[in-house]
Amino acid sequence: MTQTVADNILTSFREHPDKVALVLQSPQGDEEITFRDLVHGSSAYAHVYAQAGILPGEPVILLLQQGRSLVEAFFGAVLHGSVPSIMPFLTEKLSPERYRASLEALIEITQPSALVTYPEFQSEVERARKEGDSVRSLLLSHEIPPVGDLALDSLQGLKRDPQDLVLLQHSSGTTGLQKGVALSHRAVLNQVDSYGQAIHMTADDVVVSWLPLYHDMGLIAGFIMPILKRAELVLMSPFDWVKAPYRLFRAVSDYGGTLSWLPNFAYNFCSQKIRDRDLEGVDLSTWRAVINCSEPMRWESHEMFYERFRDYGFKREALATCYAMAENVFAVTQGGIGESVTVDPIDGDRLRSESQAAPVADSESALRMLSAGKPISNTRIRIVDEAGRTLPDRQIGEIALQGNSLLSGYYHRPELTQEAFLDGWYLTGDLGYTVESELFVTGRRKEIIIVGGKNIFPQDLEYLASQVPGVHPGRVVAFGIYNEDIGTEEVAIVAEVDPEYEDRRHEISREIRSVINQGSDVAVRYIETVDRGWLIKTSSGKTARGANREKYLQMTGRI
Amino acid sequence: MSDVEEIRHKISAFIASEILKDPDRAIAPDEPLISSGLIDSFSLVDRALFIEDTFGVRIDDAELTADVFDTIDELAGFIKARRDSNA
Repeated sequence: MTQTVADNILTSFREHPDKVALVLQSPQGDEEITFRDLVHGSSAYAHVYAQAGILPGEPVILLLQQGRSLVEAFFGAVLHGSVPSIMPFLTEKLSPERYRASLEALIEITQPSALVTYPEFQSEVERARKEGDSVRSLLLSHEIPPVGDLALDSLQGLKRDPQDLVLLQHSSGTTGLQKGVALSHRAVLNQVDSYGQAIHMTADDVVVSWLPLYHDMGLIAGFIMPILKRAELVLMSPFDWVKAPYRLFRAVSDYGGTLSWLPNFAYNFCSQKIRDRDLEGVDLSTWRAVINCSEPMRWESHEMFYERFRDYGFKREALATCYAMAENVFAVTQGGIGESVTVDPIDGDRLRSESQAAPVADSESALRMLSAGKPISNTRIRIVDEAGRTLPDRQIGEIALQGNSLLSGYYHRPELTQEAFLDGWYLTGDLGYTVESELFVTGRRKEIIIVGGKNIFPQDLEYLASQVPGVHPGRVVAFGIYNEDIGTEEVAIVAEVDPEYEDRRHEISREIRSVINQGSDVAVRYIETVDRGWLIKTSSGKTARGANREKYLQMTGRI
Repeated sequence: MSDVEEIRHKISAFIASEILKDPDRAIAPDEPLISSGLIDSFSLVDRALFIEDTFGVRIDDAELTADVFDTIDELAGFIKARRDSNA
């Protein structure tokens, strides 16, 4: 095993310069990038970082869309020894003002020494900068001259130690940006090694991915790991995929794809929204694992996917599961490799009322829990109660973990890092239970909403809705409601309206929708305007999201 | 009801009830749909499938951006033009 990510890339370059590291797909065509191309392109960035006076160890924020520049700017930073962080690019719907506010917040907390973007986006990025901020260079993707002499020995990245940081990973939104997960070379390599064993990954594998690189699943499973393992990666943009989900299946068929990772909603999305004509001639028999990860996994979604694609050679045993988080680099557990995913039929009522996973006979009324599998070899898990005591099998508690791929810390947030650990165990905030050594994830203690695999912090949405005139400040609650049909949560907002705005409720709802859709990464689905005093507060005056969710579900007849 | 008016009406009803889950929501013909975030990326395909099933007009995935059509007016014009050229 190499000692740093930079060593690994250069070793691949020396030993297999002509091997294809990745294929970038776009509607314009496919572009193959060999290890030689990758190292040449990345060295050009490394050189520019060095010339700009960026020091090894300093963060560099990449504001680029999924494509060649992003790949090279990222590995260029690694070869230079600086610490890349990918920020989601502005989308069609997001308001430039909100995007700027997020970027300002990210610069403030991360203190990057450089930003990299496109020339077209330069003026937008300039606007987020402040007098005296940490940014010394704004580098533009088209101003990266190719390198003639690689001069690999002079790369600063080769002098990094395994415990030095290799990258930062953020969740999106105002709240998420505050918590940059800082990962060391050693943690990333330990994860790749240990997770690679769990999924039996070799250089013969072909990973096909449409996942965004600013999210752990896309960044690690769908980018860094296949490249470090020298497995071929076929990568497309999430924007291309979401408009034409059949592209994933075509790519698997064309390149003999063996591995993919998908959030649960994508199983439903692909099953429901692809026409037969777009699958003509597609052969999915090479796909050995399609791994469900990053939001609650549903048995129904797996069944739907299998039924839809079995006629195209998709094998049932390819359905797999994983529990992962950026704080452990990526995977914590893996299920369904070389065996089918364990299904545990339990009593849903007792799960809610007694925090017990009581087994029942398998039937339509049972809650069919999908196992997330067993911990990967470098990670240990425990289920703990609120006092940190280990709970026996089948009792619901918080998932805690320990291992050698954990984060170095939340970047520049030592107090958050300290809060996240208890006696050397990282507390995930997720709830679950074990049966023998298998993990089942049932929910979460933190009130994050997960929409299509994306973590959304309710406080960000509540803040946005509170800006709408007529909404009583602080009297808004945001929560997720699981929609079985689409296989993910949808966002609901309940807002108290001041009496003098009574006749404007319709307009207020519209404005809430607009401000959230343009100010966050999600589109809100349900909006309810209610009278003053409707929302339940805790004794300490905070909004009780769970209780208000229950109240809303009862009011709207959902439970 | 003219052709284009009927197309507008059907698309508007579909978006309000199926995408926004708010059947009473009136959508103005010139109201931005994609750039305003009213239709999120997950719903783009739904809209394309609906248009194909309802009007027999196929929308290529490269055309699913705000630059091509962002409003109901633009969509209805596009559908009408495609239908006329096929007729």
